[in-house]
Amino acid sequence: MTATVKTYLGRLLPQLIVLAAIVFAISMVFPGFLNLQIQNGRLYGSLIDILNRGAPVVLLAIGMTVVIATKGIDLSVGAVMAICGAVAASLITSGHSLLETLFATLAVGILCGIWNGFLVAVLDIQPIIATLVLMVAGRGIAQLITEGAILTFNDAGLIFVGSGSFGWLPMPVVIWLVFGVLVALLVRQTALGMLIEAIGVNRQASTLSGVLTPVLLVAAYVLSGLCAAIAGIIAAADIKGADANNAGLWLELDAILAVVVGGTSLLGGRFSIAASVLGAIIIQAINTGILLSGFPPEFNLIIKAAIIVFILVLQSPRFRSAFTFLQIPRAAGKPTEREAK
Amino acid sequence: MKQKYLPLTATILIFVLSYALCVGQYPNMLSTRVIGNLLTDNAFLGIAAVGMTFVILSGGIDLSVGAVIAFAGVFLAVVLEQGGVHPLVAFAMVLAITTAFGALMGAIIHYLEMPAFIVTLAGMFLARGMAFVLSIDSIPIKHPFYATLKGLYYKLPGGGRITLIGGVMLLVFAFGILVAHRTRFGTNVYALGGGTATAKLMGVPVASTTVGIYALSGLLAGLAGIVFSLYTSAGYSLAAVGVELDAITAVVIGGTLLTGGSGFVAGTLVGILIQGLIQTYITFDGTLSSWWTKILIGLLLFAFILLQKGIIRISRGDRQHV
Repeated sequence: MTATVKTYLGRLLPQLIVLAAIVFAISMVFPGFLNLQIQNGRLYGSLIDILNRGAPVVLLAIGMTVVIATKGIDLSVGAVMAICGAVAASLITSGHSLLETLFATLAVGILCGIWNGFLVAVLDIQPIIATLVLMVAGRGIAQLITEGAILTFNDAGLIFVGSGSFGWLPMPVVIWLVFGVLVALLVRQTALGMLIEAIGVNRQASTLSGVLTPVLLVAAYVLSGLCAAIAGIIAAADIKGADANNAGLWLELDAILAVVVGGTSLLGGRFSIAASVLGAIIIQAINTGILLSGFPPEFNLIIKAAIIVFILVLQSPRFRSAFTFLQIPRAAGKPTEREAK
Repeated sequence: MKQKYLPLTATILIFVLSYALCVGQYPNMLSTRVIGNLLTDNAFLGIAAVGMTFVILSGGIDLSVGAVIAFAGVFLAVVLEQGGVHPLVAFAMVLAITTAFGALMGAIIHYLEMPAFIVTLAGMFLARGMAFVLSIDSIPIKHPFYATLKGLYYKLPGGGRITLIGGVMLLVFAFGILVAHRTRFGTNVYALGGGTATAKLMGVPVASTTVGIYALSGLLAGLAGIVFSLYTSAGYSLAAVGVELDAITAVVIGGTLLTGGSGFVAGTLVGILIQGLIQTYITFDGTLSSWWTKILIGLLLFAFILLQKGIIRISRGDRQHV
């Protein structure tokens, strides 16, 4: 058991160090950053704010991790968020109950996932183009549902998903925590995770050795669609309206970035959902940190780009091999362990 | 007919057929004016798409294009309105910066062995960020030289005009076709798209070609930025969002395989024209909402991917029979 914990921590160590460094840097510039307080039975503070604001990207990153592990990519998640937000808003305003609305919205997300999975697994289309179709068309579909306007709603139940709280935590945080743990347990306590990695490493070999490749591929995209649907509901509930133009805009890129920062290779294979969640939180911490530290907001993107390039250069294979002689023994042991897999 | 011309032929056929359908419904669309406007309105997109074609032919992708266009526009506006530099000098500065920027991305992709997708994504953030730092406002460009440039056009029979920027786009396409099929660099790009390892074994200079491809894409994105600033007479850091996706779509509709190694620069021109035609049709119709553009383009994209899949399958089947 201790060995498992140790390998787990070893895997997450780089992300944890980066996150700690960023949190430390922000708290140096902005002293009140680490403060937490309880008001009205709910935790408040910048740290909680990061977890809360990061909810959509964290959710997208969970699904994206599994898709990327199969050597795929899902560019459509932002558009699916917009579609699902629009569906939720239009259903709730036309008088459907909260449960009906939620189930229908999740079903729409799953449908989008099935479409993507069908293109990738059955028609054998390259994932980046297959999902580009829905990315291009999705926003149009969302606008068709909202008829070009921003659909607002004031159903207390739906709004609760975006801004309510459960226990001491805001609802979005509870949702991604529960969902993330469920998915992680599902892939790691069963053989599913390993089979997904097998597909990512070599799809043909996995098929030949009896893995149900098409089913698992479709399942991966369905999971991604489901994540996008939940993220879409949260995003819509947060602003009490569905904005087909801006909901989830460019979040697919943030989600992919989160996965990459989390150390999962875009070439498929080994993945870690916890690391991707950390990656998403790192990105959100950077965003919040830049805002809090009082830099002119114009510099946001540049600082973000610089930090990302720094993290990625550290991860690049060429850079690692050039500096292996500098690595401490424990860290040097890691690549070999990876090669052994 | 050779198999490799099939996607291109299909693209051209679809363009001609859909244009004929449009004309059947609205006879006014058959005028050189519409064609002239089609070229002018899509000039910046077309120029950027030529660069994108080379990147995709080599098996890569460049997500930074739209951000570079915005950066070029803002840079021009700031330099012209506050620096008092002559536009031609400013144009040269923009092209030098964006080419260097592209080359840098290419170098990172090759030497650090990082995926093009992520490197150019970071490049997109960086370029957009630089545009924000220069100015967050939309700056109008009032330089008299701009008015002179905008006034230049070649008159077609029937009242249509090929404006300067439309002409520049056509020249860039001619240049792109020439580079792709008549130079060693072009052959190297195709070879790289066929597989890096194979290309290396054949003696293709992988490093200089990769850097060259992204430098070319940067250069053309810079040129597209200049054209965009001529088109809008302003520089705005939030402009040209998502142009990279339109460019990728045009390249795919134009019959280039996203896996690299197969496709034509000329196809991209037709891809651009098809997208423009859909927009023009929706404008002519007047009752259809603009979001139909996106849905139609998405469907078209899907149709083309299926078509390419079919062609690949047929060609594989042929090989097996032989």
